[in-house]
Amino acid sequence: MILDVILFYGAAMVALASGLFVIAQRSPINSAFSLIVTMCSLAVMFAMLGSGFIAVLQVVVYAGAIMVLFLFVIMLLNTKQDEGDRGGGIGRAAIALGIILAIQSMVVVWKGAETLPVNHKETTSADVARGLFSSPRFLYAFEATSILILSAMVGAIVVARKEKGK
Amino acid sequence: MEMLLSPANKEIGIDALIAIIKVAVIFNALLGLFSLMTYLERRILAFMQFRRGPNRVGWFGILQPAADGIKLFFKEEVMPEGAHKFLFFAAPVVAIITAYVALAVVPYGGPLVLPFYGQVSVFGRPLDIQMASLDVGVLFIFAITALGVYGIVLAGYASNNKYALLGGLRSSAQMFSYELALGMSWVSVIMAAGSFRLTDIVATAERWNVWVWILVQFPAFIIYMIAACAEVNRTPFDLAESETELVAGFHTEYSSMKFALLQMAEYINMITVCALASNMFLGGWLSPLPGLLPNSPLWFFAKMLFLLFVFIWVRATVPRFRYDQLMDFGWKRLIPAAAIWVVLYSGFTAFLGERKSPPITVAAAALAAPQASR
Amino acid sequence: MPNLDALYTSTLSSFQVAHDGFVQVALAVSAFLFVVGTIGVFVRRNVITVMMCIELMLNAVNLAFVAFSRAHGTIDGQILVFFVFTVAAAEAAVGLAIVIALQRNREDLDVDSFNLLKG
Repeated sequence: MILDVILFYGAAMVALASGLFVIAQRSPINSAFSLIVTMCSLAVMFAMLGSGFIAVLQVVVYAGAIMVLFLFVIMLLNTKQDEGDRGGGIGRAAIALGIILAIQSMVVVWKGAETLPVNHKETTSADVARGLFSSPRFLYAFEATSILILSAMVGAIVVARKEKGK
Repeated sequence: MEMLLSPANKEIGIDALIAIIKVAVIFNALLGLFSLMTYLERRILAFMQFRRGPNRVGWFGILQPAADGIKLFFKEEVMPEGAHKFLFFAAPVVAIITAYVALAVVPYGGPLVLPFYGQVSVFGRPLDIQMASLDVGVLFIFAITALGVYGIVLAGYASNNKYALLGGLRSSAQMFSYELALGMSWVSVIMAAGSFRLTDIVATAERWNVWVWILVQFPAFIIYMIAACAEVNRTPFDLAESETELVAGFHTEYSSMKFALLQMAEYINMITVCALASNMFLGGWLSPLPGLLPNSPLWFFAKMLFLLFVFIWVRATVPRFRYDQLMDFGWKRLIPAAAIWVVLYSGFTAFLGERKSPPITVAAAALAAPQASR
Repeated sequence: MPNLDALYTSTLSSFQVAHDGFVQVALAVSAFLFVVGTIGVFVRRNVITVMMCIELMLNAVNLAFVAFSRAHGTIDGQILVFFVFTVAAAEAAVGLAIVIALQRNREDLDVDSFNLLKG
């Protein structure tokens, strides 16, 4: 559908622009908002690529949870001071290397993607569930993530806790 | 040009036209419902507190919302000094857009069947009263309400006011905490229906019989209502705007139409959570006397309005939480309770099969509830 | 620059199925965002911004996964995105806890100033 095409390319352009803004902004709060816009437009791209379930999860997990956490910390610490760019060699080298890397990877992707097979189908949440749980291939990894999250939670609480008497 | 008029494109065009008309109708109906809610809330609160409430403008004060609207429209816009200009404007916009978008996937009724007429169809398509039937319906609402937090956080941050900032901080932490319980309370419903689609959930309720459904999902319903109350910043949990501590919280610096938009977003969020509860836990448009009375969107609205009334009722009854109590309640009571319910429900469904589990599950939940609340 | 006319025609002719240039564009966007994130990690000095750049890189990877999942017609790519989500959530939680601890102890968020272990 023509609407899909418009949405997809629009979202792609917004993602590119806001992705650049993330590193071009001086204050962390502006970077955070640019990143939220990037994530939401990536979610639109996911949906147009036929995986609505992942698109919604992207918004729930990234834009709804992780970025709220980031904003919360930024506002809590109230870091108003803007950081300058890193001067000297490392910054310029990074930018130069990055530009080379960008051109290189774009060319590789653009040429390479033409050889990819073409299989289009809309996938539903049920498909993802079947893929996750119907074979033991991902099942153990899935269970392992629960332990990962538990340990991350404990770790975060221990690290951020105020020590008594301080 | 003839490509544009191909049969396939004509189909798309008709679909788009129907969608636009539906959106226009529902958007305006919601505007009406929002202004009605502000009026009803004030009247019901007044009734419960032995006051009169707004009764001057129009018939029993029914035109009060219009008067308020006109007043807000003509008020002066104030831009606080040192405010982040762009974000200050963006905050109400984000709030109102997320509030409206969440309602896009809520079904207001099944396929529309009128008495003495039968199935209503437009251009050969059966008309159902829903804007979009998504495969991920419930999760979509979850995602959009999660984005709704930004409206409040932005408003708090952009105002350059310490009370507003505190209000924004509080509400982000609060919504963050209660979203977990909110999501967990849906698990048993989704497990029973085997789908995120809201129409599938109502269909499952019909298959089970509405009353069995309501009874089985009742513990989840209670958890949902408490969490939803916190999620939309309603009174026992309205710490983001507690006037005794924070002036008016995140909207301290807002005036005129921007204030009206924030207020509107809040009420529309309330309508969303009630509409969702009515669909998920109370069987939506199914009639409470299956067989005797026909299913109709009117039942859906009746259930939704009752839940809205419950919110107002709670506001008149329960005092506000203190902040640490709020966090305590969210993390140490509500989330464990929701987790216990999920484990119980899934356990019984796995061992007894979905049709046998209901009464036992409810009994077990009744036994477990005092444990969880301790 | 894709030819818009050709794109429009192919989209309409394959009306249900979206244009297969989608995968290509998605991969290009993914590569670009990943590079932007990498540059950000090197260039920015605020710890929080650096972490956000890492999130940007993870997002770019997700986009590539979803695009490949579509190209190959399998679900595995989407499942891997699922795992990336959990890892990103865990990483953000621990990382931000460390940021709070840093701010509390050093009152500074510049990555260059954390050099106590430097010999």
